[in-house]
Amino acid sequence: MHYESPVREPLVLGDKTYHDITLDVVRPVESTAPKSWWIAFGIALAMFLWGVGGILWTIANGIGSWGLNKTVGWAWDITNFVWWVGIGHAGTLISAVLLLFRQKWRMSINRSAEAMTIFSVIQAALFPVMHMGRVWVSYFVLPIPNQFGSLWVNFNSPLLWDVFALSTYLSVSTVFWYVGLIPDFAMIRDRAINPIQKHVYRILAFGWGGKAKHWQRFEEVSLVLAGLATPLVLSVHTIVSMDFATSVIPGWHTTIFPPYFVAGAIFSGFAMVQTLLIIVRKLFKMEDYITIQHIEMMNIIIMVTGSIVGVAYITELFIAYYSGVEYEQYAFLNRATGPYWWAYWSMMTCNVFSPQFMWSKKLRTNLVFTFIISIVVNIGMWFERFVIIVTSLHRDYLPSSWAMFSPTSIDIAFYMGTIGFFFVLFLLYARTFPVIAQAELKTILKSSGESQKKHHTEDDHAHH
Amino acid sequence: MHTTDSKPLVRALYDDDDVVLGAVKELRAQGVAVKEVYSPFPIHGLDKAMGLKETRIAMAAFMYGLLGLTTIVSITYFQMIVDWPMNIGGKPNATWGWNMPAFVPVVFELTVFFTAHLMVWTFFVLNGLYPGRAPQNPDPRTTDDLFMIEVEEGDHVVELLKKTGAIEITHA
Repeated sequence: MHYESPVREPLVLGDKTYHDITLDVVRPVESTAPKSWWIAFGIALAMFLWGVGGILWTIANGIGSWGLNKTVGWAWDITNFVWWVGIGHAGTLISAVLLLFRQKWRMSINRSAEAMTIFSVIQAALFPVMHMGRVWVSYFVLPIPNQFGSLWVNFNSPLLWDVFALSTYLSVSTVFWYVGLIPDFAMIRDRAINPIQKHVYRILAFGWGGKAKHWQRFEEVSLVLAGLATPLVLSVHTIVSMDFATSVIPGWHTTIFPPYFVAGAIFSGFAMVQTLLIIVRKLFKMEDYITIQHIEMMNIIIMVTGSIVGVAYITELFIAYYSGVEYEQYAFLNRATGPYWWAYWSMMTCNVFSPQFMWSKKLRTNLVFTFIISIVVNIGMWFERFVIIVTSLHRDYLPSSWAMFSPTSIDIAFYMGTIGFFFVLFLLYARTFPVIAQAELKTILKSSGESQKKHHTEDDHAHH
Repeated sequence: MHTTDSKPLVRALYDDDDVVLGAVKELRAQGVAVKEVYSPFPIHGLDKAMGLKETRIAMAAFMYGLLGLTTIVSITYFQMIVDWPMNIGGKPNATWGWNMPAFVPVVFELTVFFTAHLMVWTFFVLNGLYPGRAPQNPDPRTTDDLFMIEVEEGDHVVELLKKTGAIEITHA
C-alpha cells in the first residue's frame, strides 16, 4: 500500500518517524529566535517604516509626489504591482496545481510558498490603492452606487476586473492556506507548555481533533479549493495583463499578453520561493525536508517558464515587424535601442539567458548558484514590467510629448517599504507558524521517507 | 451520540496508521461499534473501513457556485443594463448578452469567491470548528504520532483491542 518505485528519490531524508517530523516542524516555534533572525527582522522593519513614511507622504501630498508626468502616467506603481502579484503566483501553483497533479514533492514547500503568495499579494494591493490618491474613498471600486448616489462601477473596465480578481485571489488563497494550517496549529497547541502560547494556538486551531469524518471533509475541501484555485491563479494574471492588452497603446495592445504574463508570473514566483526556501532550510535546518531534489524540481520549472517568457519576447518582436503597423514597430525598436535600452537588455539577460544555465544538472543542484539565479530572475522580472510600462509610454505619438521617467525618493521609499513589509510578514510567519505542512507530510513518510524506502527494498529481497 | 442508552466508551491508542486501519476492519468484522478514530493525518481508506458515508461538501460547493453565478449576473444586469446603462466608446450597454464578454472576468471571479468561502464556512460549521474551541481530541498525542480508536464498551472488547495492536487502553 505504501510502496513506491525505488527509482524515485526519497522526499524525506534520514531515519524519520512521525514524531521526528513533529519535533522538526515545531522547533522554530518552540525555541527562541536566533540573533540572525533579529538582525534580518530589524532590517526588514526599518525598510517597512521607510515605506510607511513614503505612503504617509503620498497620502498627505497626493501622487504628484511620485515621478509620474503627463506622458508617463503609469510607472513604478504599476510595475511594482504587477511584480508582486506575479511573485504570488508560484505559491498557488505549488499548492493547487501540484495537488491536482498529485505531485508529492509539493508537500514540504507548499506552506511557505502559500505564505509568500498571501504576503506578496498584500504588497501588490498597496500600489493601486495608493494610486487612487484619495485612499479614504477607495470603496468607490466596490459595486455600490458612487457617492451613494446613482452611478455604479463600470463592469466593462479591466481595472474593475482587477479589483475582483485581486480580492478573490487574496481571500481564497488565505482560506486555502488557513484550512491547511488548522491541523498543524492543533499539533502545536497539543504540545504547548507555555500558557500564553497554548492559549494563542488554541484560538488558532479552532478546536481541531483529527476525527475521521473531519479528515474526510478536509481532503474533499482541499481538493475542491485546489480545483478552484488553479483557474483562479491563471485568471488573475490574465486579468492583470488585460489592464494593458485592452488599451490601444503600441507595445501593450497584444493578444499574447495573458499567457505571456502568466508564464512570467510563475517564473518570478518560483524564483522567489527558491530565494526564501534556501534561507529557511539553512536557518531552520530543514535540509531533510527541503531536499536538493526539491530545489532541482523548482529550477526545472524556472528553466521551462523562463524559456516560455523568452519565446514570448521574440514572438512580440516578430509580430511587431509582421503586423506592418509602424507605431508598433517603433515601440519595439525603441525598447531595444532607445534611451531605455539598458532596461530592455537587463530584462533579456536576466530572464532569457540566465535560466538556460539550468539545463546543467550540476548547476541546478548547486545551492549557491540557484540562490544567485533566483535573485537575478526577480530583478529581470521587475525590469520586464518596467520595460513594458515605461518604454511603451515614454515616446508618445507626438514627439513633442516625449518624456523620460525618473523615480522620486517617495517612489523609492514606497517600493523598498513593500520589500520590507513582505519580509517583516515572512519572518514573523517563519517563527510562529508551522513552516512545513506536517500533517500532509506524514501521509507520505511511509512511501517517500528515505529509511522507509530502504526497508521496502530489503523486504523485497527477503520475500524473493 | 448523547442519547440516554449510549454505552460507555473504551479508548485505545495505536502507534501506526496501517495497524489502525486493520484494527478498524477487524473490530467491525467482530461486531464492535467503532465510534470515532482520531489521527494526526488523514488515513487513506479509513472512511470506507469505518463505513462513513461519502461527504457531500463538494455538492454543496457546486450549489454555492451557482448562487455566486446568479448573484453576479443579477448585479451586472441591474447595474449596467437596467439602472444606469452607459455608452462607452460608442459601445452602448444594450443587452446583457451583448455585454457578456466584458462581464466574463467578474462573473468567474465572483463564482469562485462564493464557492470557496461558503464551502469553507460549511466545513467549519459541520466540523464544529471556531476560534478558541476546546480541543476535540481526548488525548493530545493524537495530533503528533499516535492514533485513537473509540469503541463502545462490551464483552471482550478490551481483549480484542489488545489483539489488534493497541498500546494503551483507557475507559472514558
